[in-house]
Amino acid sequence: MFAEYSFEEIKSILIMQSFGGLSLLCIYVLMGLGLYVVFGQMGVINMAHAEFLVIGSYTMCLASKFVVDHMPTFINHYLWIAIPLSFGVAFLVGWIVEWLLISRLYKRPLDTLLATWGLSLIMQQCFRTFIGAREMSATLPDWLMGSWAPTDTIDIPINGLVILATTIILTTGLVIFTRKTRWGLRMRSTSQNRDMSQALGINTKVTDRFTFALACGISGIGGAFLTTVASTSPTAGTAYIVDAFLVLVLGGLGSLFGLVISAGFLALLSSILEFFMTGSMAKVWLYLIIFIVLAKFTKGLFSSKVRT
Amino acid sequence: MTTNSLKQPGGGLLDRLFSGRSSILSYTVLAIILFLVLPNLLSAFRLNMAGKYLCYAFACIGLVLCWGHAGILSLGQGLFFGIGGYSMAMFLKLEASDPESTSIQSTPGIPDFMDWNQVTELPWFWYPYKSFPLTVALILTLPVIISCILCFFYFKGRVTGVVFAIITQSMVACSWYFIVGNQGYFGGINGITDLKTLNGWDIRTESAQKILYFVTCICLFGCLFLSKWVLSTRLGRVLAAQRDKEERVRFSGYNLTSFRVFIFAFAALLASIGGALFTLQVGFMSPNLIGVVPSIDLIIYTAVGGRLCTVGAVYGALLINTAKTMFSEAYPTVWVFIYGALFILIVLALPKGLAGVWTDHVRLWIRSLLKLDSPAKPKKIKSQTT
Repeated sequence: MFAEYSFEEIKSILIMQSFGGLSLLCIYVLMGLGLYVVFGQMGVINMAHAEFLVIGSYTMCLASKFVVDHMPTFINHYLWIAIPLSFGVAFLVGWIVEWLLISRLYKRPLDTLLATWGLSLIMQQCFRTFIGAREMSATLPDWLMGSWAPTDTIDIPINGLVILATTIILTTGLVIFTRKTRWGLRMRSTSQNRDMSQALGINTKVTDRFTFALACGISGIGGAFLTTVASTSPTAGTAYIVDAFLVLVLGGLGSLFGLVISAGFLALLSSILEFFMTGSMAKVWLYLIIFIVLAKFTKGLFSSKVRT
Repeated sequence: MTTNSLKQPGGGLLDRLFSGRSSILSYTVLAIILFLVLPNLLSAFRLNMAGKYLCYAFACIGLVLCWGHAGILSLGQGLFFGIGGYSMAMFLKLEASDPESTSIQSTPGIPDFMDWNQVTELPWFWYPYKSFPLTVALILTLPVIISCILCFFYFKGRVTGVVFAIITQSMVACSWYFIVGNQGYFGGINGITDLKTLNGWDIRTESAQKILYFVTCICLFGCLFLSKWVLSTRLGRVLAAQRDKEERVRFSGYNLTSFRVFIFAFAALLASIGGALFTLQVGFMSPNLIGVVPSIDLIIYTAVGGRLCTVGAVYGALLINTAKTMFSEAYPTVWVFIYGALFILIVLALPKGLAGVWTDHVRLWIRSLLKLDSPAKPKKIKSQTT
């Protein structure tokens, strides 16, 4: 089947395909990061996670709409304000949610699942009521829409590159934040031993609230960048949510390295499977393979060795 | 209401099933409501709907056992509900597509959706569904086999709590994609529709639907007694013990894997029976009835009724579905807000659901009025640590 292509062309197809896979990996990581922070910190799975992604996406869309309507000259630069804004909005909503809801449920992880599911229903309906049920997409600056062509046959979309860069920046930023800063130290000590940290004078309540809000903010940034590849609707997040959970579980729940590796594994597997069969059957096989892997490695591929 | 199996097990079967005054009372009240009040009060259309809701109650009883008493939250009961439902639908579909009535198809004698999808021969896995006894046997065995395979390795590897819940949710998502992806074999997103007769008996008439309603009620009581019996055995106590203090039960020498697999498979069996009766009453089966969202709906019915109370689960399924039908006909937007708030409210304020309101407040109040006994402090649900 490759006979009619020259070696150069095969090489460029390979590069472009692997870049496509890399973009998928980045999307998985962006979706999983917020979940990872919340679970690693508090042992809680946030079923409303997808809605925080959507908050970020909507902030981006509304910001672009505002810019197009009121100051069209600014269109090439509004990203630099819209991205922090989507972080801020999601952070704020996360802060409120933790204060009102999550903080009462730390000892009951299964119940948190239900409560956050209820929250996700409410948030979806809020989007539908206040923003509208129709799909929305952001007007992107021109420089983001083009593609970068290092040779004649290779054509790499710029938005994929931007997502790749964001993923790397966010992930390394998160690692540096948790390892090197005072706040990160508090987060780590609270997650390891909440009672002891409190005894040592760390305000664990504020730490938990900040951690949850931070996770939501990261999801907001993720959502803002997802607008560059897909449109946004009130239920846009639900399509990804099961995949995001599986990435997290497969990666071993407490490990950022595991998260990236399992995202890569899933991205690779799903692009291979989708080459051979229809979309939904590829999903079925993807899930089945994950179930089998998880049956063997029940703690995930890279579980953290720290006992909580 | 049914009490948790804290009492000493023993005594005859009837003692176990009807331990305590209030247990007999709760069964009697439920029987009066289901067999006398609803059939006389409701029109045929509404009665059929009530029958439909009662089918969900089967899965909810399973969840009471699996989640309330054993602490294993399954977000994937829809999968087993679907196994029962699809088994029954496949049987009915084969009966509805005999060669005479499908003579206009290019291949007569196979279901219409197969013909539309260029399937020219009945697939091998449809053959057992030509016989009714075999279909019933499959409805009862298939969920048990599948649930055992699905959960054995995870329970053996000590996967519990949140992670197991996520895995069961992905299982139900997987089965949804499986059905949607196999349009020629399972009818795809449209499901299996146009079901007419059961062994030559037209299930669409009003009288047939009334009979099916009563059949559902009788099966429901059978399942209630069966699950009450399971909980009253020593096994029920081990399950409750491992929910609250897993390590201690392990160190006492119990192999928890088999207990957990048993209760998960039992819950799956109940869900499957409910699914089969559901198809009979509704007349079709589609993947959207068994997806991720309907599976979580089953959890909220259970939680509202009371996660420790099998009878409560029946009320939960009836109440929430009635409210859903009434509100979403009139105010669809408001309903979603109420429904979402319900999840949060139940978890925050009423973790034992309506059954908890009854046992901890109303019943104590009545008893203190009647001077039956002094009010005791209500037991709290233990925090579930994983």
